[in-house]
Amino acid sequence: MRFGVVIFPGSNCEQDAVHAVRHLGFEADYVWHGDTDLSGFDALVLPGGFSYGDYIRTGAVARFSPVMGEVVRFAERGGPVIGICNGFQILTEAHLLPGAMLRNSGLKFICREVPLRVEDSCCEWLDLMPGDIVHVPINHNEGNFVCDPETLVRLQDNGQIVLRYAEEDGSVTPDSAPNGALDSIAGICNERGNVFGLMPHPERVVDPVSGRTDGQHFFTAIARRVAEVAG
Amino acid sequence: MARYEIYVTYKKGIFDPPGATAKRALDNLGYAGIEDVKIGKYIQMTGDMSEATVREMCEKLLANPVIEDFRIETVEEA
Repeated sequence: MRFGVVIFPGSNCEQDAVHAVRHLGFEADYVWHGDTDLSGFDALVLPGGFSYGDYIRTGAVARFSPVMGEVVRFAERGGPVIGICNGFQILTEAHLLPGAMLRNSGLKFICREVPLRVEDSCCEWLDLMPGDIVHVPINHNEGNFVCDPETLVRLQDNGQIVLRYAEEDGSVTPDSAPNGALDSIAGICNERGNVFGLMPHPERVVDPVSGRTDGQHFFTAIARRVAEVAG
Repeated sequence: MARYEIYVTYKKGIFDPPGATAKRALDNLGYAGIEDVKIGKYIQMTGDMSEATVREMCEKLLANPVIEDFRIETVEEA
């Protein structure tokens, strides 16, 4: 099981992602944004950071990096792609996921741990049950997810909403999203369930040294599913 | 050489946090009657390309059609 962690100029969470994956006993290697060969990788991680300085819009320039053509083809073949924070923003800009990100409603960069509720979704990459609460840090300025009303209905009907910002008791209120995200959306997947984008950083809560291990489920699930698909 | 001015603005109905904050600040300064403030981007571009090409650039990179509209003004023809 080998993860590829893509580095764009300005990515800054790639080492955390590689450390998390290796900590769980899987192989991980970096993929430079100029590379166009993804052979040998079973799963891809687009890590957090500030690719291309967040110029124009978050993820807007990274989306045209040479590697992204291959990332799109990898996803079209059904390969697991997880985009974390800036990685999520890149996936929306690349149209692998619907919607877009606005500035946080409070205009503040938010860096803290938040409770998330796992939703009943078609995402294949979770070893968690609907209704489970996990605590994962967020660290972003543009996590205010938005999409048009028709897209939101489609996300809800297809089970593409994977994670919602929640209260400590697991309830979700209109105010649960610290960034103002529509429908308290913290993470979504594509219709097929193999491309998953989320604003929280599960890679930061894998190694017990960080105080929590809630993020382990996200990566073990990818490995489990890849093994299942491989038969 | 052509010169273009491009305005990128939020689509109707998209909440603009910086615009809303600017409005609140202006309200606090005592300016009455402000209904809405929206903050967008202004891009200047010069070079040898047609307006049709600039339009393509906007659709592809400079604006995000999910949340933004754009308007191109040709200041000098090619």
